Amino acid sequence: MTHTRIFLTNVGEAVLLAYRSARHLPTLPRQWHRVVEQCYLIGYTTLPIVSILTFFIGAVLALQSGISMKDFGARQFIGSLVGESMARELGPVMVAVMVAGRVGSAITAELASMKVYQEVDALVMMNIPPERILVLPRLLAVLIMMPVLTMTGNVIGWLGGALVCRYTAIISVDYDAYFQSLKQFLSVEDVLDGLIKAEIFGFGVVLIACNVALRTRGGPREIGTAVTRAVVAALIFVLFSDFFITKVLS
Amino acid sequence: MSIPDPTSPAAASHQPVGIEVRGVGKRYGRQTVLTDINLSVRPGEIFVIMGPSGSGKSVLLRQIAGLETPSAGVVLVDGLNPTTPEARSRLTIALVFQAGALFNSLSVFDNLALFPTEHRLYDRATIRDKVMETLRMLSLENAARKFPSELSGGMKKRVAIARALMMEPQVLLYDEPTSELDPVMSATITEIIATLRKFTAVTTIVVTHDRDLALTIADRVAIIFGGRIHAVETPQSLRESRDPAICDFLHPAIDLEKPRFKQLELANE
Repeated sequence: MTHTRIFLTNVGEAVLLAYRSARHLPTLPRQWHRVVEQCYLIGYTTLPIVSILTFFIGAVLALQSGISMKDFGARQFIGSLVGESMARELGPVMVAVMVAGRVGSAITAELASMKVYQEVDALVMMNIPPERILVLPRLLAVLIMMPVLTMTGNVIGWLGGALVCRYTAIISVDYDAYFQSLKQFLSVEDVLDGLIKAEIFGFGVVLIACNVALRTRGGPREIGTAVTRAVVAALIFVLFSDFFITKVLS
Repeated sequence: MSIPDPTSPAAASHQPVGIEVRGVGKRYGRQTVLTDINLSVRPGEIFVIMGPSGSGKSVLLRQIAGLETPSAGVVLVDGLNPTTPEARSRLTIALVFQAGALFNSLSVFDNLALFPTEHRLYDRATIRDKVMETLRMLSLENAARKFPSELSGGMKKRVAIARALMMEPQVLLYDEPTSELDPVMSATITEIIATLRKFTAVTTIVVTHDRDLALTIADRVAIIFGGRIHAVETPQSLRESRDPAICDFLHPAIDLEKPRFKQLELANE
């Protein structure tokens, strides 16, 4: 019962935080510099690790499925399998997992230390709502950068699959056949569904990170605890919501 | 010493205000930190709250600042509850935190410029001039481009005071402004607090266990023991007080034959 109450309290507080942040949307024109800074931190600095991850996911996917599909004489469909899997599922989920681990932890550590060292109290004393300058720019930045990261991840994953298909002797599918199959079966809707997922995942991850951080109490030790709590909650959110979003979108 | 511009938009409605603390109590779970605190601070007064470590001074200051809601009683600043949005928008209460609470990701200049920029009080050039004037006033002009991590303890305290001054406050609260400072820097901070009141007539509350600071600049001093107000006196009355608890707190005798920690151990047994 206690766990249910804590869970519902956290969900309620996260929703309230989103609502309180949204109330400050009219101030956005004055704080574009903060949004741009967060876009850089959330997007640009995450891009290399997302690229490496999605390249190898695409490559492994092509390798695993290629060997099996060859036995069924379905090698020509590897492109469509890698394309759809990356666009609809693996791209958004893997990018969200990276964002949770890299960006979510960084946001929680930064805001939790601001809370512990009374910087958030200092903002309150200045009548500057923390939601306005700490939460809103991060939420907006993740909404801008998640489609960019996911689309980049998708394309690099597709290329990883193409390289494996072309240069692995037992699969041996050339680029033309691979991309022909990918284009034939992958629709714009598939890609858009993946981007919608990515937006929901990214928003949830950053909201959870901010909420956990701003509720941190105690000393420096609590910062580490808050980071762990936020990342675990964000990963559970991604996997849990993935199931329901997939169900709704399909 | 320069002072916040009395003709500025922020200062237009900023007259010093009075503070009433009525029957305030504060509990954290089962632990009672404050019990039935009653105080009245007059507009423009320097009111010092003194007490030993753990007596609830800083907790009381957080109730007055509106950062926490009392478990019992009420705090009124100019008749308003400081935790409410109405009070936050109508009153300007600045708090100088014990550790400074400077924004580590911002330079000293940006720390000071944040309040007027966010509240759009002046144009950019005026804000720059005001920030530099405030920094000069506290001999910090060379620190404008530095980050808080590059500052000494004394400089951090002065930057925290400068940032509070940029708010042109009606109430200025200090939490242990001289803690962790050497005697010269403590004296400097004490002079700054006294001089600011002289020029701005701001209502000032200082939480401290620095006897010299309290007895030098206070109009009145509240002594707090174990979360309860023990006495509210003028510095002169405190100096002449025969109350054993006050005498022991203000002039603790060091007795190596019967050390206090041994007496505490015996009392606990």
